[in-house]
Amino acid sequence: MTKIANFPPATLEWKKTNRGLHIPVPEMDEHASAPLTCYPCKAKDMQAIALPTARVPQWETRAVEKLQELLHKYRGLQVYLDICAQCGACADKCQFYLGTGDPNNMPVARANLLRKVYRYYFKRMERFAGAEAEPFNEEVLREWYTYFYQCSECRRCSVFCPYGIDTAEITMAAREIMAAIGVATKYVTEVVAKVYERGNNLGIPGPAWIDNCQFLEEELKAETGKDIRMPVDEVGADVLLVMPSADNFANTDTMMAYGKLFYALGVSWTTSTYANEGGNFGLFLNYQNMKKVNRRILDAARELKVKRVIWGECGHAWRAAIYTNTLNGPMDFLDPPHPVHICQFTADLIQRGAFKIDKTANDDVLVTYHDPCNVARAGSLLEEPRAMIRATCNKFVEMPANTIREKTFCCGAGGGLLTDELMPIRMAGGKPRAEACRATGATYLATPCAICKAQLPEVMKHWNVGVKVGGVHDLLSKAMIL
Amino acid sequence: MNDAAMIWNLFAGVLIGLAYLSAFAFVAGLTLRLFLYFKTPVPLKIVQTPGPKNAPGVLARMAGDALIFPNLFQADKALWLGAWLFHACLLLIFVRHSRYFLYPVPELVIDWQAISIYAGFLFPIPALYLLWRRMASARVLFVSGLPDFGVLILLTAIAATGMLVNYYARAYLVDVKAFILGLLTLTPVAPPQHPVFIAHFILVCLLLIYFPFSKLLHAGGIFFSPTRNQIDNVLYPRYVNPWNEEVRIDQNR
Repeated sequence: MTKIANFPPATLEWKKTNRGLHIPVPEMDEHASAPLTCYPCKAKDMQAIALPTARVPQWETRAVEKLQELLHKYRGLQVYLDICAQCGACADKCQFYLGTGDPNNMPVARANLLRKVYRYYFKRMERFAGAEAEPFNEEVLREWYTYFYQCSECRRCSVFCPYGIDTAEITMAAREIMAAIGVATKYVTEVVAKVYERGNNLGIPGPAWIDNCQFLEEELKAETGKDIRMPVDEVGADVLLVMPSADNFANTDTMMAYGKLFYALGVSWTTSTYANEGGNFGLFLNYQNMKKVNRRILDAARELKVKRVIWGECGHAWRAAIYTNTLNGPMDFLDPPHPVHICQFTADLIQRGAFKIDKTANDDVLVTYHDPCNVARAGSLLEEPRAMIRATCNKFVEMPANTIREKTFCCGAGGGLLTDELMPIRMAGGKPRAEACRATGATYLATPCAICKAQLPEVMKHWNVGVKVGGVHDLLSKAMIL
Repeated sequence: MNDAAMIWNLFAGVLIGLAYLSAFAFVAGLTLRLFLYFKTPVPLKIVQTPGPKNAPGVLARMAGDALIFPNLFQADKALWLGAWLFHACLLLIFVRHSRYFLYPVPELVIDWQAISIYAGFLFPIPALYLLWRRMASARVLFVSGLPDFGVLILLTAIAATGMLVNYYARAYLVDVKAFILGLLTLTPVAPPQHPVFIAHFILVCLLLIYFPFSKLLHAGGIFFSPTRNQIDNVLYPRYVNPWNEEVRIDQNR
């Protein structure tokens, strides 16, 4: 374990140059992160999310059948397994390779773990030509379970691939195959099961949610002297806000900011105890569960008779949200445009002068912005959060150009990795973001993602970067004059 | 007919058979594969964002991907230069070769002759660079399999035999062209009795046969990459997944 505690190697030098952040690439260290695996799923969670509670009989055959099924369903998977030229351009672009040096964390090598099984069963000519091919067996399954859960599905590699090969598609397929034979992680399955039981990832029961909201109302009263409401389950409200449940519990500044925002606008809004979660861990497991988790939001919207659904500050929530219309639409019972991200909503209103803002309220901090991978690279939101920050802060600095926007580094804990047993991987994967942040000297790191908000404070502490992590709306909240 | 002539005739027959087999394997294999890509559904919009907001934008993005490899340029400048020269030379060499199987030879090919003649000389440089890189970089070596070396070596061997035929052990052009046009018009005649030309020809046949089963599929497959060929408009209009499975939602409520 000493080796694990040490990666990435401390000898690597990270520094800012005028071309961006110099990103040192570690020497290859085979099997460096092989011992780091997630806790396996529990039968009760698997049952709750309609997956096999134990390894199915003839799982090897079943897995190959599932692979064949997915090949017929996903063009991306089929094309990407075929066309990779193994050029290695992606190899040093993944934060998990940069952090661990384990070659199986190079995107191309990670994909090859699935590709070699694909070749064995479906590409005889390639086998004949001497390409690596292997039948699906216990050893391969162990590699899959390890390395497809050391991928945060952030898609950074795809930006550097000449064919745009999206390793996330391959990781998702591998996870779906494993899920079909009864192999999944405790963290991801538990979270999805909690959503079905309690409505949110954290498993906050309805009464506790209401309690928390009342508590935040009192906080707001103390802070502003106004009766700012945090409505729950209000039928007929204009807006249903689905935020990450962490906002109700941990990132309460962001939650209070939503309250102030709607108060200032005079818009009626509500949260739902049936669907008080924007995040969608089904995305990290299989299509069925992604669709089912997503469906709850539209069911809640119908039940509460709202006109709009707005997604809160969350990364993968947004990646799943943009599929809502495809998964469970049409959404035409709601007012267009839909779906809407809260940053789009707020940035638009700021531009139209809906708020009185005193930018000097944020003068005590130098702000920088972390693009969550799902918001920037999968969700097309690059300008809105930045527009919000510029409108609410005088002091804003960007991180080096090769670490932001569509080239952003993942925080290191997306894709279902935000779990304690993966802590060494998470810290290693968070290193590039920590160094990019250090290069700015910023004191406040704004980011609209609950996973990033949970992961980055630990990363910054681990790598000794003195920066506070918080929401984008938190800045608006501080600067808004009510 | 003496023995030598009989063996030669037999060999010519085999060579002609190989030519047709490889042409068939290439055309049928590639068509079927690309058709498979075409008919495989894309359930979700997974466009790499920010992306083009309209169809002309997507066409421009794809044309850029096929012609100048912008993603690779961002990733690795040396590799980009090597890969781009490699492909540019292949394109020029291919264009130049059309004078062996087109009659009359199009103006364009004649016009390009002046440049494309040098492509053959240049080609070994990027090819050997790519080969060297596969061995010199530990990371690339880790992901390299036999076919990754094999294809580069095969292409280099094709180029080398081609250069020999063209400059040193020259084949008689009229014979070459008669042979190729014979194949194309389904009235095959015997190939020129020229060992280097025959080696060149056999290697090309092998490449054609292997093409549709290999990573060389990136040549057509790149146009089917969902991250690059979709419009960045996932929010509107509604995108429909053709196999959107019904899920039971009744539990836990």
